[in-house]
Amino acid sequence: MIRFSSSMKFACLSAVLVLGACTHKQEAVTTAPPPAAAAPAPAPAPVTSSIIPGSAEDLRVNVGDTVHFALDQYNVEETDKALLGRQAAWLQRYPAVRVTIEGHADERGTREYNLALGARRANAVKEYLVSQGVSTGRVETVSYGKERPICTSSDEGCWSQNRRGVTIVSGGANS
Amino acid sequence: MKKFLVLLAVLAAFAAQPALAQLRVDVTQGVAQPLPIAIPDFVGDPQAGANIAGVVRADLERSGLFRPLDQKGFAERVTNINAVPNFGSWRAITAQGLVTGQVTQQPDGRLRVDFRLWDVYGESQMLGLQFFTTPENWRRIAHMVSDAIYERITGEKGYFDTRIVFISETGPATRRVKRLAIMDQDGANPIFLTNGSYMVLTPRFNPTAQMIAYMSYIATKPRVYLFDIETGKQEVLGNFPNMTFSPRFSPDGNRVALTLETGGNSDVYVMDLRSRSVQRLTTDPGIDTAPSFSPDGRQIAFESDRGGSQQVYVMNADGSGQRRISFGAGNNGTPVWSPRGDLLAFTKQQGSRFTIGVMRTDGSGERLISSGGRDEGPTWAPNGRVLMYSRGLGGGAGSQIWSVDVTGRNERRVLTPGSASDPAWSPLIQ
Repeated sequence: MIRFSSSMKFACLSAVLVLGACTHKQEAVTTAPPPAAAAPAPAPAPVTSSIIPGSAEDLRVNVGDTVHFALDQYNVEETDKALLGRQAAWLQRYPAVRVTIEGHADERGTREYNLALGARRANAVKEYLVSQGVSTGRVETVSYGKERPICTSSDEGCWSQNRRGVTIVSGGANS
Repeated sequence: MKKFLVLLAVLAAFAAQPALAQLRVDVTQGVAQPLPIAIPDFVGDPQAGANIAGVVRADLERSGLFRPLDQKGFAERVTNINAVPNFGSWRAITAQGLVTGQVTQQPDGRLRVDFRLWDVYGESQMLGLQFFTTPENWRRIAHMVSDAIYERITGEKGYFDTRIVFISETGPATRRVKRLAIMDQDGANPIFLTNGSYMVLTPRFNPTAQMIAYMSYIATKPRVYLFDIETGKQEVLGNFPNMTFSPRFSPDGNRVALTLETGGNSDVYVMDLRSRSVQRLTTDPGIDTAPSFSPDGRQIAFESDRGGSQQVYVMNADGSGQRRISFGAGNNGTPVWSPRGDLLAFTKQQGSRFTIGVMRTDGSGERLISSGGRDEGPTWAPNGRVLMYSRGLGGGAGSQIWSVDVTGRNERRVLTPGSASDPAWSPLIQ
């Protein structure tokens, strides 16, 4: 029977923190930057929602947050480089934003292998962003292996969607 | 679990001559014809007697090696377990073995369980044991009776007084809630150890079944944690900068082999739990993960895709002598060393089909032993004769735990509370 020193026992529970705790404001009109003073405009159309520049949703909707990978591969596809270039440019425009890259795999791999593969994919996305000028300290990675599919059929149509890297704002975003 | 004090005594045997037991089951080939055995409800306390005999019958039946006979056909009614049975009447119903038992409440509140195993054709007692324990502990006594019968008849240690740690799954596949859970080997007494607010994966027992190593997403980086079953305390294992996963204890419980990811590359490390020192065992740029110690602690099997596809490798416990051993079709991963040391169980992947297999530790003699198409993550019963594994149902329908004899016979679902995966079998409870 192993006994650990009591100083070790409490190490983990203090480490809780909430990932992706950025809030999405659907009705953020009041916090949007005031329009520059100008000629009185006609009555503005009622705005029910807007995406705040520099927000998590701005990245997701206006820039694009997901790239895809070939089976068992983790190189960034040529077709995804433009999207990651936009992510890099967006991150340079909002230098306080920090992101976490999630790496995911399809179901065709053991649990352990897919955790490792997801880490490779997340890291490949990170390296590409860093190569585009994003500071490495702003980019974390996490692998979910095959544990977080977005599609559950056992066919290539689903598998190709699940083999993905997703860039999630983890802090410093406008809201 | 350690708190249960079970006292055991050997009952005096009846047969005066040193009977040569005829009753024997050879477990090495699996059995096509399970041994007919009569296990009437134990006498004495009627409720406890029926409960205990029922658990023993279920244990032995699930092993696939025994066929407990229906009590309704019994010609002789056992009333006194200290009398020699009328063997002829048990032979008449084809019983080859007979178990008689008695449960009595002691003046101090403890339960006393006596049982005898009889060889019906040899007309002799094969075994007589007596247990004392607390009444709420009756299921464990039943499993210990099952283990004693199994061992006496097969010559192999039993595996019924054991527990399974596993991952309980609820909710849709895209947002699956995964909780650490533990239950008895037969599915009884399920307990949830984490609350589902964070994902947990791949739990493994230490050799005393007091500690579980597992992977948890409780903090920003998923890491390997230790869970002390007695105290409920969790602690992160080590001070690693990145993701750690796929932990497994050494056979002496003093070390944990695990995988550390650095810059996207996964390698196998081993941590000494006493000194907390860490040793890196693999340095290859390929994925090296899923380490499993040999029972003598001198070797570690793991999987690597360094050769282009995921395959099983073996190395010495210090990282030297790394060599590929699996050369069969498809990808081969998650090697798990048999407690007997003779075989490695593994997961074979061919396209989208996953099957559990076993091979000798040099990679020869590969056999596939499970029949699902989404079976992965084998774990051995402590006697090395039975395995459990996860079976995915596909289409986001969750997964189940199944068991199979190492021969490939007797494949069965293990009952779990809802969807379940990643079973790990405990050693025999001490």
